Amino acid sequence: MSAKSNSLGRWYVIAAPYLWLLIFFLIPFFIVFKLSLSDVATAIPPYTPTFNWSEGIGKFISQLDFENYTFIFGDPLYVNAYLSSLKIAAISTILTLLVAYPMAYGMARAPKSWQPTLMMLVILPFWTSFLIRIYAWIAILKPEGFLTMFLMKLGIISEPLQIMNTTTAVYIGIVYSYLPFMILPLYASLEKINPSLLEAAQDLGSRPWRAFWQITFPLSLPGVFAGCLLVFIPAVGEFVIPDLLGGSDTLMIGKTLWNEFFNNRDWPLASAVAVILLLVLTIPIVLFQRQQQIERESGR
Amino acid sequence: MNKNFSWFNLTSITFGFAFLYIPILLLVIFSFNESKLVTVWAGWSTKWYSALLENQALKDAAWVTIRVGLMSATVSTVLGTLAAITLVRMGRFPGRTLFSGMIFAPLVMPEVIIGLSLLLLFVAMGLDRGFWTITLAHITFTMCYAAVVVQARLQDFDKSVEEAAMDLGATPINTFFQVTLPIIAPSVISAWLLSFTLSLDDLVISSFATGPGATTLPMKIYSQVRLGVTPEINAISTILIGIVTIGLLLAAFVTKRQTERAERERRKAFGAAG
Repeated sequence: MSAKSNSLGRWYVIAAPYLWLLIFFLIPFFIVFKLSLSDVATAIPPYTPTFNWSEGIGKFISQLDFENYTFIFGDPLYVNAYLSSLKIAAISTILTLLVAYPMAYGMARAPKSWQPTLMMLVILPFWTSFLIRIYAWIAILKPEGFLTMFLMKLGIISEPLQIMNTTTAVYIGIVYSYLPFMILPLYASLEKINPSLLEAAQDLGSRPWRAFWQITFPLSLPGVFAGCLLVFIPAVGEFVIPDLLGGSDTLMIGKTLWNEFFNNRDWPLASAVAVILLLVLTIPIVLFQRQQQIERESGR
Repeated sequence: MNKNFSWFNLTSITFGFAFLYIPILLLVIFSFNESKLVTVWAGWSTKWYSALLENQALKDAAWVTIRVGLMSATVSTVLGTLAAITLVRMGRFPGRTLFSGMIFAPLVMPEVIIGLSLLLLFVAMGLDRGFWTITLAHITFTMCYAAVVVQARLQDFDKSVEEAAMDLGATPINTFFQVTLPIIAPSVISAWLLSFTLSLDDLVISSFATGPGATTLPMKIYSQVRLGVTPEINAISTILIGIVTIGLLLAAFVTKRQTERAERERRKAFGAAG
């Protein structure tokens, strides 16, 4: 076989997914950016200016402006939506970590023969529909729902719980939906820890709690880091959870974007909201990429 | 030390799985409820399932969803596998960092951004929005998941097997189909199944990518959920959960059989050599 045909074949393999992602993932971002500089119009498509060859590119560019951005930064509603999304995502990430860590730890220390089954049980809900899992919580959290009935029967509460349509419900929804994303990287890093390290610590007289903080936890940090990013980044732009479980006072930017687009039909403003959201998330996304890179190289 | 569960580990696992599964179990159980109230039990009934069969709009949506899923999962598995090979086997090439960036970014990118950007692309291209634009959108985000799944398998298999085949005169294409593909087959199947279920589930990206003609099942469910909780939605959800569970168990079974067979063959080979 000639080296030439080999390298040609190599380029075909690379080109197919590469071109696909360039066209359907990268180029669209430039279109979003361009549109964020346009103005809304009652037309099809609902924005102006539209590019017109006869008028030339100069006229087209001269019609673009940063109006949408100054509008977003001038309106506390949008600024608050960004800040509140970041806050809700950060708090839910910490809550998810607190729920996931003991589970991942228990799984990693479980008998070896059990581990594949436990893994499977964690992955299974991740494969079932996101929408359905959120829907399941409505029946639990609503005032006449399962949780209220259960707690009333136990005599713990006498009034129906008011959780549905609050930010608390959004926290529960995010922790529940994103839990597998946190457990899997945590489990992967906890499972790699050599148990003899802990035995050595114990032999040297270290208490289990101290051994945990000084050995297990630091060694699991890559998993903590990966899990937190996997939860935090998509949670910032979450739409379904705040829309179905949150109330009118739950401000989240994904919902704002959705409303601008579908209800107000203001595509340019929705695009500007998306561009700013993307800029806000650039740092965590780059960190995530780095982390994946390191993981891949160490995995070899 | 690793033979049994410790008290603490057992408790945390039990509580964790209770948290993960009780909501789904309640949803499934109450899909068989006689009453229209979703939280009050009034006896067993399958009437909500028969109601589904008469709901033509829901059936149409299901059919669109399945066609989109089959089509997009197949293309995305092919592209994802090629992407995985590119990531693991192609070494350095110009634009590699950008490429791996484009594979990993969609995994965490908020769906509203992906949906909006794809819609604007379709409008700019002048495509009629509907079935095909949803399919294109689904291929784009599921191929990244497919790539990650296949990549994990490609990474931990012995490259020397491929090199041996090439040394014996196999062309790269033959080597791929006769050596590499059989070895990575379980991960390719998982990639297809994952792409299919992700496509089946997607609400946000489909809502942006669709036009007046095509409504998918999640879009239909979503518009009904906004009006309130009904046993009919529980029934359709139960069917979807059932399909996914069966598919996943099958995939796990196939993978297990495959690895066992590979293990047996390896032992046999070593036995013959020794």
